[in-house]
Amino acid sequence: MSALIELEKVTKSYNGSSALALDAVSLEIERGEFVFLVGPSGAGKSTLLKLMFREQIPSSGKIYFLGRDAARFKASELLKHRRRIGMVFQDFRLLKQKTVFENVAFALEVIGRSAREIRLKVPAALEEVGLADKAQAFPGELSGGEQQRVGIARAIVKDPLMILADEPTGNLDRDNSWQLMELLGKINQGGTTVIIATHAWDVVDRMRKRVVALEKGRLIRDEQRGSYGHDS
Amino acid sequence: MILNSLRYCLRQGLVSLRRNFWLAVVTAGMIAISLAILGGFLLVALNAGQMMRTIAENVEIGVFLNQDAEAEAVQSQLESLEGVYGYTFVSKEQGLYEFGQSLGDRELFSGLDGELNPLPDMFRVRAREAALVPSLADEIRALPGVELVDYGEELVARLVGVTRWLNTFFLGISFLLALGAIFLIVTIIRLSVLARQDEIGVMKYLGASNWFIRFPFFLEGMTMGWMGTLAATISLGFAYQRLVSSLQRDALIFFLQPVTDPEKLWPVFAGLLVLGTLMGGLGSLVSVRKFLRV
Repeated sequence: MSALIELEKVTKSYNGSSALALDAVSLEIERGEFVFLVGPSGAGKSTLLKLMFREQIPSSGKIYFLGRDAARFKASELLKHRRRIGMVFQDFRLLKQKTVFENVAFALEVIGRSAREIRLKVPAALEEVGLADKAQAFPGELSGGEQQRVGIARAIVKDPLMILADEPTGNLDRDNSWQLMELLGKINQGGTTVIIATHAWDVVDRMRKRVVALEKGRLIRDEQRGSYGHDS
Repeated sequence: MILNSLRYCLRQGLVSLRRNFWLAVVTAGMIAISLAILGGFLLVALNAGQMMRTIAENVEIGVFLNQDAEAEAVQSQLESLEGVYGYTFVSKEQGLYEFGQSLGDRELFSGLDGELNPLPDMFRVRAREAALVPSLADEIRALPGVELVDYGEELVARLVGVTRWLNTFFLGISFLLALGAIFLIVTIIRLSVLARQDEIGVMKYLGASNWFIRFPFFLEGMTMGWMGTLAATISLGFAYQRLVSSLQRDALIFFLQPVTDPEKLWPVFAGLLVLGTLMGGLGSLVSVRKFLRV
């Protein structure tokens, strides 16, 4: 069976920039894996996530999802692909004028799920992230850690195949970061693939998961049960 | 699934209209004004066309006879021509009288009575159809005893020219007005899109289809366009009715009678409604387009 994600010598350069954002990166990620993407700013972590979301396509090389060439996705396939992904952002990207419940429900609304399914799944997702009692609060009334947990509830409510998180703890303190990563670990236990770009070295070192290290667009290290790597 | 989405889109469109209520009212008002002007032009064009046709249909062929021709002989030949609808004979005496009348001073010609009358006898011939006039005129010209045939060729040609020029002019103005209205809608919907830019960004990451993102704005634009055009057609219809009744009351010259045939009028109003609604939808699609790229 094909890997969930397979990169074959993927190179990415942006218009107007001579430097390569990604330089011949080959990588395979199986279903159910938990992967940290680490490396200094500008190493290419965000670009990698964008390629996985298929917000970008490689300048050269191939990227496959479940064996399908991402560059050749038809519009309907692209939509299907994105609906299998839960995105988590550093800045949470919650809608301020909507309540916690509505923010999470929005993820189902925009993909056309029924009101009945929404009533059923949203409370379950909020329960899972420990915010069942904050359903009617607005994002502005929550702490940063709580807001990010809403972001995670929004990502998991549609039962995604994988979660892509770009610096999910970038705006959180240590305790909150740790709790959040534990939550993502728990979600991964349930079978969801989790891919996290992060600078939180202490968490990475503690969790001992697969670590993919990038530097200047090149893959320099790929270890099972790896660490952040303080030498880089 | 589609039904769920449709419900969501309808609600979003309404919410957005309510949130930007006054902006929507102003937009609808501007659309109303430009379309009312557009509609006004169309009505003028419609009436101008009818006026031209009326004039053309009333064109008479003046058949002037030779000094020595027998009027009866010409008359019997006229009756045998197929295209002739009717004719009146105008003797030279009557012609002189009418000419004097038309100048308002009969005395001027008092010395030209009898043998000195320079005018020929003539027939005024009316054709069964305006289009037959030129060929009929040619047939009559060939009859013995006919000196001259005149049916105002220049007038007819000029009418056709003026009609064509007016139509081009109206078309140009209408096009500019429609363009202006679309530009307005684009601008206003763009404000509404900007206000929801965060939401659109999030929607794309949540896997919403472009159609799903676009549709509420499309509805919003169509509603504004439709409201504006509705206002325009109602006020235009009202104004036109007033104009028509005052024209009919004051019984003007025959060719100034306005178009009142509903079969000719309703396409103008229905067309305006469709046009305005489409313009609203189109404008909104244009303004959302660039926010959809991911």
